[in-house]
Order: sequence, then structure tokens, then C-alpha cells
Amino acid sequence: MAEFLSLHDAVARFVEDGATVAMEGFTHLIPFAAGHEVIRQQKRDLTLIRMTPDLIYDQLIGAGCAKKVIFSWGGNPGVGSLHRLRDAVEKGWPRKIEILEHSHAAMACAFEAGAAGLPLAVLRGYVGSELPSVNDQIKFIECPFTGERLAAVPSVRPDVSIVHAQRADRQGNVLVEGIVGVQKEAVMAAKHSIVTVEEIVDDLNAHPNACVIPGWAISAIAVAEKGALPSYTHGYYDRNNRFYKEWDAIARDRDTFTTWLDENVYNAARSTASDSAGGQA
Amino acid sequence: MSLEYTSSEMMTVTAARALANGTTCFVGIGLPSEAANLARLTHAPDVVLIYESGTLQTKPEILPLSIGDGELCESALTTVAVPEMFRYWLQGGKVDVGFLGTAQIDRFANLNTTLIGDYKAPKVRLPGGGGAPEIATSAGEVFITLKHSKRAFVKDVDFVTTLGFGRDGKGRDGVPNIGKGPTRVITDLCVMKPDPESKELVVVSLHPGVSREDVIDATGWEIRFAEQLESTPEPSETELDVLRELKARTERAHAGQ
Repeated sequence: MAEFLSLHDAVARFVEDGATVAMEGFTHLIPFAAGHEVIRQQKRDLTLIRMTPDLIYDQLIGAGCAKKVIFSWGGNPGVGSLHRLRDAVEKGWPRKIEILEHSHAAMACAFEAGAAGLPLAVLRGYVGSELPSVNDQIKFIECPFTGERLAAVPSVRPDVSIVHAQRADRQGNVLVEGIVGVQKEAVMAAKHSIVTVEEIVDDLNAHPNACVIPGWAISAIAVAEKGALPSYTHGYYDRNNRFYKEWDAIARDRDTFTTWLDENVYNAARSTASDSAGGQA
Repeated sequence: MSLEYTSSEMMTVTAARALANGTTCFVGIGLPSEAANLARLTHAPDVVLIYESGTLQTKPEILPLSIGDGELCESALTTVAVPEMFRYWLQGGKVDVGFLGTAQIDRFANLNTTLIGDYKAPKVRLPGGGGAPEIATSAGEVFITLKHSKRAFVKDVDFVTTLGFGRDGKGRDGVPNIGKGPTRVITDLCVMKPDPESKELVVVSLHPGVSREDVIDATGWEIRFAEQLESTPEPSETELDVLRELKARTERAHAGQ
């Protein structure tokens, strides 16, 4: 049964230094509020898993939380590079990080395999790609029935997964709507899970086939209003595309980034942080 | 009197025309998305557009900035989880055309979106593979669109993120359950297709006002031209109007956010 905790307490309890953490949300519902809480609590040596690192991991990497990043597309969507990710990979600032890169198909399959309790995912993938030559976690196996050569990657099984969703009811059941990404898979694949929500309601009003994650499959629920900004929450607020564009200049320079981090994460209460951290329309 | 248009518009219109009505297309963000939506708004109203965020049969009013903008979900027939998108729809063989952009492309249409330089000490770190490695092998065929330059069109890519025809042009030979691969590359100067035998890219059509020398100067290998070199038809007034309106709508929407 999910416990209702403050975001601070949920992160303090479930995110340990050195943990393997997946914060998911495919462009939509990215758990920025939780990411900022991880930065504020100065968690270190994390292995961060996410299909698209996006601004959230750019910020965590720049803040020195990451030891290793496992991903499949590390850009600022529609804008360009993730400069903090690049600076860490190219120059080792603020620390050297290890990267392990996959394709989207492989990572999506790996999350699904993790949710299914399997040790590996099998896909028809990486044919002719040189990614297997730089990622020793990509292997090839032979189908025992047809002999076809298929790619295999280890399943994703994080210590803790963190996702954002529209709402939870008072029993902790969570409704995820819109682009659902690999959120359900991330929660089900992890030992522990934190779900931040926009609000708690009496009744989810979910249709029979909606994406609902039962409360007993979740460790903790924390309310984080506008917790996905500058990404978005379908039905609540839009993606702040302007902030995604502005991030390019903020993240390009170490000093500008550090100032931004001080003002908007370390020294900001969440209410003001959401404004300047891309919260203003 | 001919219409006035930019080389970028020429590229987008030509890329859009490549998509036949009724085609199911897995769309990459950026130039492919612009071209695919122009096709849908002009000659191909029944084209089925799929984005890797899980949005199936989407009809966005404005171009998305990211692959998972709310607009894509709101205008889609339905939205599925990302594992389903890649497993059932792409790997399951339901996609006719994968429409991709790239940072670097070589003579065998291999794509590099991983890095420039050496993997251990990259000169420039690029975003990575994303959906492309499997889109390029599971889709029936692949269209590629990007601006023509010597930096982008290199003899051999620094890293094969995504298979065209391999380092020797034989990368698809004998591989079961694999698509045809790149069948055309559309740039702001010309259209290229792979040679049926060697799989090396050959210019088949020059855009109006573009010379062979322009293409040679912007290509990092000794580019060949088809014996029957065609001239790409100019954009029509309708195509230009629809494209400009789409881009203006998009700009207004993104500025307001």
C-alpha cells in the first residue's frame, strides 16, 4: 500500500547515494519537482536511467548527482544539445560520468522486461549499428526455434523509479493519462517507487482500460503541484517550450548554470522555483 | 513567371511529395515532421503519421517542438505505451516508411547521430540513436532528409548509429526480416537514391537553379550523377501557402508558451 509522504521525505527515504534510479516520462510528465528534490538533498553516485535524459538529467548531471547515465536519446528536444551532459562526457565537469547508450526500442523493451520480472529483453534490433561495439550490455542471441539472430539487453530493474502522474485517489491508486511512455513499466520494474501527482481526488473517474497503477504496487505518493514543469501534464498545463529553448543558453555556460541552480533549486522554495524554473507561461 | 521560394522550402516540399497518400509513416522530429505534415495537409490527407512517443495516426495542427508534445496526443486516434509502439507497431511490421533526419550521412546512407570524433574522446557529442536504429531496419523503407553540406555528407561516418547499407554497402544482404533501407535522400540541393547494385548514393534529380558543381562542392565524396539526371519539379503555390501557414501557426503557438 502506497504511503502518502512529503516529496522531501519520499526522496530521503527511498533514494540512497549510489542507487540506480529511473525517473521516467517520455517528454510528458517528467518528474522535475522530484529531480530538484534529489538535487537539494545532494544525492551522489547515482546511476540514472532514462530513455531521454532531457533537462531533468542535464540538471542532475550538472549538480554532480550522477556517476553513470543509461539512456537512448540525450538531446534537448527540438532545440539541440544537453550541454551539462556534454560537458560531463567531454570534459568531466563537475565530475567524470560513465555513459551507456542504447536505442529507444531496446530501452523500452528493457523496461518492459524489468516489469515482467525477466532478466533480459529480446528484440530485433541494432542490426548494422555500431552501438554494440561501445556498449557491452548489448549482445546477440539465436532464436531457439527459427535460428534468427536477435539482440538481447539486460532488463531495467532500478532500486527506485520516480514518475509523475495526473492524480491519485485516497487509496493511492494512480491514473496516468496522455503519453504514458514507459511509466507503468518503470514503476513495476523497480524495487521501490515514488509517484508524484498533481492532486489527490476522491474518485479517479478512470474508464475501464485506463492506465491505472494500483496503490499496492507503489511505495510512496507525494503531491507535487505543477511537478512536471517545464514539461507538461496532459489536462493540467502545457509544455513550456519557451523554457526548453531558454535552457540552451542557461546550460551552455557553467557559471550561468550554477547561478540558475542556486536560485531555482537550492535556495528556492518550490512555489517560487516552479515560476522561474520554467513555470511561467 | 515562377514563384519565389527558399531552398529549405524546396527541400520540404520535395520530401513531402515522396510520401504517397495512405502510407503509414513513422516520423522523426524536425525536418521529417515538417515534410510529413505538409504531405498530410496537401496531396496525402490519408497518410498515417506515427511518432515514437506512442501517438498513433496523429494530425497535429501545429508542428511539435518535441516528439511528445501534447498536440500529438490530443490529435491522435489513440496513444499507446512506448514499448507497444516499438514492439507491435514498428517491429511488428506495420510501418511502410520511416522518415528520418540525421547529423551525418555517408555514401552508403549510414547515419551518425552519436558523435563526431572518437567514441572515448568525442570532439562533439551528439544526442544518440533514439528510435532511428530500429526504425531504419523495421520500416518497409526509409526516407532521409537533411541540408546538404560537406560536414554532413561524408565519405564514411564517424560512427554508424543507424544502418543504411553498411560500411561496404552489403549490410542488409542476407539479413532476414529487414526493410529495404534508405530509398531516397532529399536535401536542399537534390534528391539521391542508392545505386541498385553498389548501394552508393547517386544524385537522380537536381533542384531548380542548382548545378552539379553545387552538389559536388557540398558532398564529402566523389558523388556520382544518374545518367538520366532529372530536374526536380518546383513547388506549387498551394504547397508553399500551406507550408508557410503551417510554419506561421507553429511559430505563433510556440511563442505564446
